[in-house]
Amino acid sequence: MAENVLHIENVTMQFGGVVAVNNLNLDINQGEIVALIGPNGAGKTTAFNCVTGVYEPTNGKIDFLGETIVENFPHGKMKKLYAGENMGLYSNVVSHTPDVITYKGIARTFQNIRLFSKLSVFENVLIAKHMRAKQNFFSAALHLNRAEEKRMREESMALLVEQGLDKYKDDVAGSLPYGLQRRLEIARALATDPKLLLLDEPAAGMNPQETLELAAFISEIRDKYKLSIFLVEHHMDLVMNISDRIYVLDFGKLIAQGVPAEIQSNEKVIDAYLGVSEDE
Amino acid sequence: MMGNKKRDFILSLILAAVITALLVYVDKEMHYSMLASVIQKASIYALLAVSLNLLNGFTGLFSLGQAGFMMLGAYTYAILTIPLEQHASVYQYFNGGIVNICLPAFVGVIAAGIVAVIFAWLVGKPCLKLKSDYLAIATLGFAEILRALIQWEVLGPVTNASNILKKFPKFDSILTPVIVCAFCIFLVVLLINSSYGRAFKAIREDEIAAEAMGINLAKTKMQAFLTSAFFAGVGGALLAMFQASVQARSFTSAMTYEILLIVVIGGIGSITGSIIGSFLYIASSEWWLRFLDDSQTYLGVNIPFMRGGFRMVVFSVVIMLIVLFYRQGIMGTREFSWQGIIDFFKKPFAKRKRKAVEDNG
Ligand SMILES: Nc1ncnc2c1ncn2[C@@H]1O[C@H](COP(=O)(O)OP(=O)(O)O)[C@@H](O)[C@H]1O
Ligand SMILES: [Mg+2]
Repeated sequence: MAENVLHIENVTMQFGGVVAVNNLNLDINQGEIVALIGPNGAGKTTAFNCVTGVYEPTNGKIDFLGETIVENFPHGKMKKLYAGENMGLYSNVVSHTPDVITYKGIARTFQNIRLFSKLSVFENVLIAKHMRAKQNFFSAALHLNRAEEKRMREESMALLVEQGLDKYKDDVAGSLPYGLQRRLEIARALATDPKLLLLDEPAAGMNPQETLELAAFISEIRDKYKLSIFLVEHHMDLVMNISDRIYVLDFGKLIAQGVPAEIQSNEKVIDAYLGVSEDE
Repeated sequence: MMGNKKRDFILSLILAAVITALLVYVDKEMHYSMLASVIQKASIYALLAVSLNLLNGFTGLFSLGQAGFMMLGAYTYAILTIPLEQHASVYQYFNGGIVNICLPAFVGVIAAGIVAVIFAWLVGKPCLKLKSDYLAIATLGFAEILRALIQWEVLGPVTNASNILKKFPKFDSILTPVIVCAFCIFLVVLLINSSYGRAFKAIREDEIAAEAMGINLAKTKMQAFLTSAFFAGVGGALLAMFQASVQARSFTSAMTYEILLIVVIGGIGSITGSIIGSFLYIASSEWWLRFLDDSQTYLGVNIPFMRGGFRMVVFSVVIMLIVLFYRQGIMGTREFSWQGIIDFFKKPFAKRKRKAVEDNG
């Protein structure tokens, strides 16, 4: 049995009265590519936001590499309002800001690209190196950390070369074509040295050719950086192609899970999602 | 590439030499001229604008507490450096006050920065969590409250309440403020070009993405806020030295707006812009546009609206025009570079040359 990387346990995320994610259970093992699919509004991005510390789930627990990084139970105003399951199962609160989660080794991209669009391609990657630098404010501000600054720059450059983005190094990130912006967002996430990479609809807006390339690219970085990958995507050929396992979410609830072949032939999934996904 | 670096270095050296020579000349021959006064005040305002720009332009935090931090710096400097034998006359209403130390001017200036930092920390702790517009209101409120507090009779033995503080050391040469401000601005430029400066810009561009890249928002914003306050405090101390007196009454929010105006004129997010903006603004308001405040008679007709305060009306119109039509300011987010200057002068020539060729052809 491979080592568990991410363990999502009974996670419910409720916004006011709206239950966006309802009792989600999901596991990712070392080296796996796991996809989370489902119709728009099913709660996929919300699940990502719970893992990365953007939202505090209303109930449930998330472990990363054996360490509990998120835990919560309905309290305060939510105590009365809570409409999910497993009330009373948890009694601790563990909560981190997103930067701490990133530091622990979970990096992400966003459904709506969020590059530092007025900064250069190079700076976008370089900024991601800031977190792991050993400099302090004064040594950096007075430029006494030349060796480290040089290393950060070299590593960023190497990453850009690897991703084929080096010729756009000095371009303003926002001026890149759409496909390359997605690429850059992945490169920037890789620059944080993650162990788990969360990709939220990385192929959105890509043509079939680009999607095909992206699929190969995701498998490639998984092997190269020894990553595990958690993927949200609507392009079914991509998902079926590269995923080891797939979870299907509908109205916040898990309706199926399994290897691609199982999911493709699952009646519930076809009804809820696969049947309609073609017209999107 | 190497050739360009060498060229830039030589050009910078020449520029520095020319400026120094000019300053020495002005200092020696026209020490009490309007020009000398503008040079000193504009240097100090350049530092103050750069300090505000670090927040508003580079970190995307909209703070309006500048005058408050300047006031803290000015008071700290004044209180700590008034010679002991002058205490009786300065603090005449408070029995010579209760502060019994007199530090060297240099130490006083650093202390000014440090006191501003301490207060900034106290204000920043609760306020930096607020959304941008609330931060502006909170810092503005802080500056106003502080101004009232300093004038409070109970604090009189330290602050001299609403009475003037004076007789502390002043500049002995106009080169002093220029050099100190240039050095401080140089430090800010180093910071902006460091890893932390990039983190500031990341927060300005997109807080959520910055956080996802591992940048601690609370800590990094605080670093920017404290740095800005430090240089605002130092700038306040320098302003005290320049004016030779300190009174809380003068550190109004109008002073913050003045500095904000300089930042906007120069370009939000450009250090060069803040420096140019400062010299333009101070020269205009102190010198070139002074005549707007005096009643003038042209061809025997007295122009009715030209009287005290009209200058500020003109400035308000200017800032409105800039905000409406010229949001980028003079520099936008660009910075000074020799290549930029050379290209700037080459361009019209290149155009003219091309035009000449076309006309002949
Ligand atoms: N911050 C929020 N406040 C209130 N409702 C939200 C918030 N974020 C997401 N939701 C709701 O949660 C549901 C799931 O949204 P989302 O996770 O974005 O879906 P998906 O990514 O699967 O398309 C939607 O009904 C959405 O309106
Ligand atoms: Mg989504």
